Amino acid sequence: MDGAHDMGGVAWSEPVQPEPNEPVFHAEWERRAFALTLAMSMPGGWNIDMSRFAREDRPPEDYLSKSYYQIWLAGLERLMLERQMISTDEIAAGESLHPAKPVAKRLTPDGVAAMLHRGGPTEREAKRPALFAAGDRIRAKMIHPATHTRLPRYVRGHAGIVERVLGCHVFPDSNASGDGENPQWLYTVTFEGRELWGEMSDPDLQVSVDAWEPYLERA
Amino acid sequence: MTAHDHHHDHDHSDLSETELRVRALESILTEKGYVDPAALDLLIETYETKVGPRNGARVVARAWGDPAFRARLIRDATPAIAELGYAGRQGEHIVALENTPRLHNMVVCTLCSCYPWPVLGLPPVWYKSAPYRSKAVKDPRGVLRDFGFDLPEGTDIRVWDSTAEIRYLVLPMRPAGTEGWSEERLAELVTRDSMIGTGLPKHPHEVA
Repeated sequence: MDGAHDMGGVAWSEPVQPEPNEPVFHAEWERRAFALTLAMSMPGGWNIDMSRFAREDRPPEDYLSKSYYQIWLAGLERLMLERQMISTDEIAAGESLHPAKPVAKRLTPDGVAAMLHRGGPTEREAKRPALFAAGDRIRAKMIHPATHTRLPRYVRGHAGIVERVLGCHVFPDSNASGDGENPQWLYTVTFEGRELWGEMSDPDLQVSVDAWEPYLERA
Repeated sequence: MTAHDHHHDHDHSDLSETELRVRALESILTEKGYVDPAALDLLIETYETKVGPRNGARVVARAWGDPAFRARLIRDATPAIAELGYAGRQGEHIVALENTPRLHNMVVCTLCSCYPWPVLGLPPVWYKSAPYRSKAVKDPRGVLRDFGFDLPEGTDIRVWDSTAEIRYLVLPMRPAGTEGWSEERLAELVTRDSMIGTGLPKHPHEVA
């Protein structure tokens, strides 16, 4: 979706502001929101692409008014509401009012290390050969799906070069919608700065994105 | 302040709406049996004390001192990094990017906050912020100036937008004047930002 999360190239007025000796979290609630989000994916059963879409699928004024972990919190609440694991009256009341939905599993302390170590590898066995090879000239398609996609707006319609073939990976556009993993070939695609930003661009700049095959066409 | 006053303050008057909401949510989810608070504590402890940029610094220092390891890291970073025991969530597929005198690499996630957790820990606020996500792909030299350094003219700059599940680790150049240094001492030179591409390693005299 063409949301406010897709920020590449936006003319933001403030500089980047590094924080010396930054702590991992800035408040206790950030610690808990982070951990709740990681832990709830086990009983919740959603995948990372569903999580990302739950965070980004909101009006720009909402997305931009929330801090990073406030967006995580809003995304988590939405994922649980969609699955009737909690209800809006419980969030409003701040307490449990209805019976729990039965869940197959939950994260216990002795399962934490294994869960983090396992992670969520996305590479899958290829069922067909890759359409493109390193060195091929391609163009990012001009698409504007209303659903989740990982093709940033700033590269759409632009020509680039396939730099690396990264294997066959879970396709977020399908996986976020519950339509299955639908693995697709993934490529690192490199664009010249001037192709993306015009003649005023830094002449020494190249930008790459990792793009699945359905995002690309031969140029 | 008495213990009671302290408790009162933190339970009510100076708690934001968000703090109250998260606290209530945790109690709802605990009561329903979806989460175990002890597991939450362990997740937090892991990322506050065990997984952070010291891990990545060890990887870089080994690459600086061990050409065979460096070759493995550049060829296929995920198993090379796993040799040091770092693997898993948000680092399932890692690619190492080698800086040279002619090429500077910088990593961003314009769409969210993708970052190689096993080697760098959780991302800093600026990495997740709108200014960085907006500017990195269009004006990376301007970003570097925000960080206080100028990239020499004529150095190519390459920005990697982490749009898939590939995670990028910049391998900065080994500072001159560190010949014969141990891996442990070299690791002291490696800053988090130098592994994102928004900074450089420390000068040898800064840690000597």
